[in-house]
Amino acid sequence: MATSNKPLVWAVFAAGGTLAAFVLPAIIFSLTLGVVLGWIPPEALAYERAIAGMQSPLAKLAAFAVIVPILWHAAHRLRITAHDLGVYADGLVMLICYGIAALGTIATLVALLGL
Amino acid sequence: MIRGPYVRPVGRYSWWLSQPRYIRYMLREVSAAFIGAYILMLIVGLLRLSQGPAAYESYLTAVLSSAGVAFGLITFVFAVYHSLTWFRVTPKAMPLRMRGKAVPPAIIVGAHWLGWAVASLLILLWVAV
Amino acid sequence: MRETIHQLEVLRYDPETDTAPHFQTYAVTCQEDWVVLDAINYVKENLDRTLSYRWSCHMAVCGSCGMVVNGEPVLSCHAFVRDYPEKIRVEPLANFPIERDLVVAIDDFVEKLTSVKPYIISAEERPVESGENLQSPEQLAVFKQYADCINCLLCYSACPQYALNDSFIGPAALALAHRYNLDSRDEGRSARADVVASNPGIWECSFVGACSEVCPKDVDPAAAIQQTKIASTVDYFMRFLMPWRKQ
Ligand code: SF4
Ligand code: FES
Repeated sequence: MATSNKPLVWAVFAAGGTLAAFVLPAIIFSLTLGVVLGWIPPEALAYERAIAGMQSPLAKLAAFAVIVPILWHAAHRLRITAHDLGVYADGLVMLICYGIAALGTIATLVALLGL
Repeated sequence: MIRGPYVRPVGRYSWWLSQPRYIRYMLREVSAAFIGAYILMLIVGLLRLSQGPAAYESYLTAVLSSAGVAFGLITFVFAVYHSLTWFRVTPKAMPLRMRGKAVPPAIIVGAHWLGWAVASLLILLWVAV
Repeated sequence: MRETIHQLEVLRYDPETDTAPHFQTYAVTCQEDWVVLDAINYVKENLDRTLSYRWSCHMAVCGSCGMVVNGEPVLSCHAFVRDYPEKIRVEPLANFPIERDLVVAIDDFVEKLTSVKPYIISAEERPVESGENLQSPEQLAVFKQYADCINCLLCYSACPQYALNDSFIGPAALALAHRYNLDSRDEGRSARADVVASNPGIWECSFVGACSEVCPKDVDPAAAIQQTKIASTVDYFMRFLMPWRKQ
């Protein structure tokens, strides 16, 4: 049997899944729910503050390191889920899932470099 | 003896509805749809941020609209479910042995919960203060 | 001792006369300490001698009496009737072809188990004169859990990926492969990787975890498969980073 190339994408899946488990609930909370509940002052998300916070190279690096693996984690898991739900056209599913993740990766780079 | 093995059909689209544990599994997997969409939303946010104050303000309005908040709430629930299921199985994937003895899974899970709490606190503080 | 009457619904299939399986119900007066296998034995001895099923030890060690009872794969010698409602529905293990009544054809599993080379492999032949192949209790403890498998196939019955993908090697066989990979006396990991680390091997698993939930021996095949995924991923990247390194 041929050697599988799954480790390539599985490594990103595992890394992204771990990252998401540690940071995503807090990110969603602080950027959406916390504001609605009044835990986070709305000024915290204001433009001046956001751009100042995101312009430091460290913040850019962190944003990239969080966003990209989690995106690929979701893409890979959805590919498997499509098969679980009876969609057996794996080639097409792969193209869509990984394609969106690749575009998202490029968009993240563009955004971060443009800040 | 006559052999004529009978193969029972498997529901290609519906198998996961047949047992509660399969439904729980499917909920865990579907979390990826919401998590993926939320990440794409964050990427859009970064793009809008790089396009200036007006673009960013309209993005923020959309995120904090009732639809945006509803989406955030659902994704939050799925994200927490993802964290819980992910940490629960971590000791299976990465068992630890110390001085020839297996570290109890509960300790490994507990350590991850602690790390989760610390990371969450840091993120909240970074955004809020 | 308390007695209860249970309606035992048993899936019957006779390849010589039936085109599809069907349920047949027997009213069985059960003793309080009976297991489902006792009730089935009662049927065989007193009500219907044509019923076919497998069992041997009646003590959860031989692994031959696996059945699906009220939807859950169990060892029928290990499932007390008093834990079930009045109606007990007994079916053969899922995901295997039915040979006859509660007997399933396990040829596919045996073939796959064989394919992962579930035995100790030494790089060089060890003549008898070289003595025992020693192992410390600590080295044994590393894999002991995965050596407890009794090949009952409850895990295959619970696994949706085995149900959906004919080629998937499946939980018990992969757990056994892991058991030998972890054995300090074994040197066959790369010989096994051909099958184990292939797509139909560990990579068909999506970590549903049902196998570990139903396993009567706490083997935890799902854990074995995830650990193998990590080890295979390390192997994969090592091949690129250090191509000169022999596996
Ligand atoms: S791993 Fe557990 S459930 Fe599977 S065959 Fe072995 S003992 Fe049975
Ligand atoms: S009869 Fe041997 S395991 Fe049940």
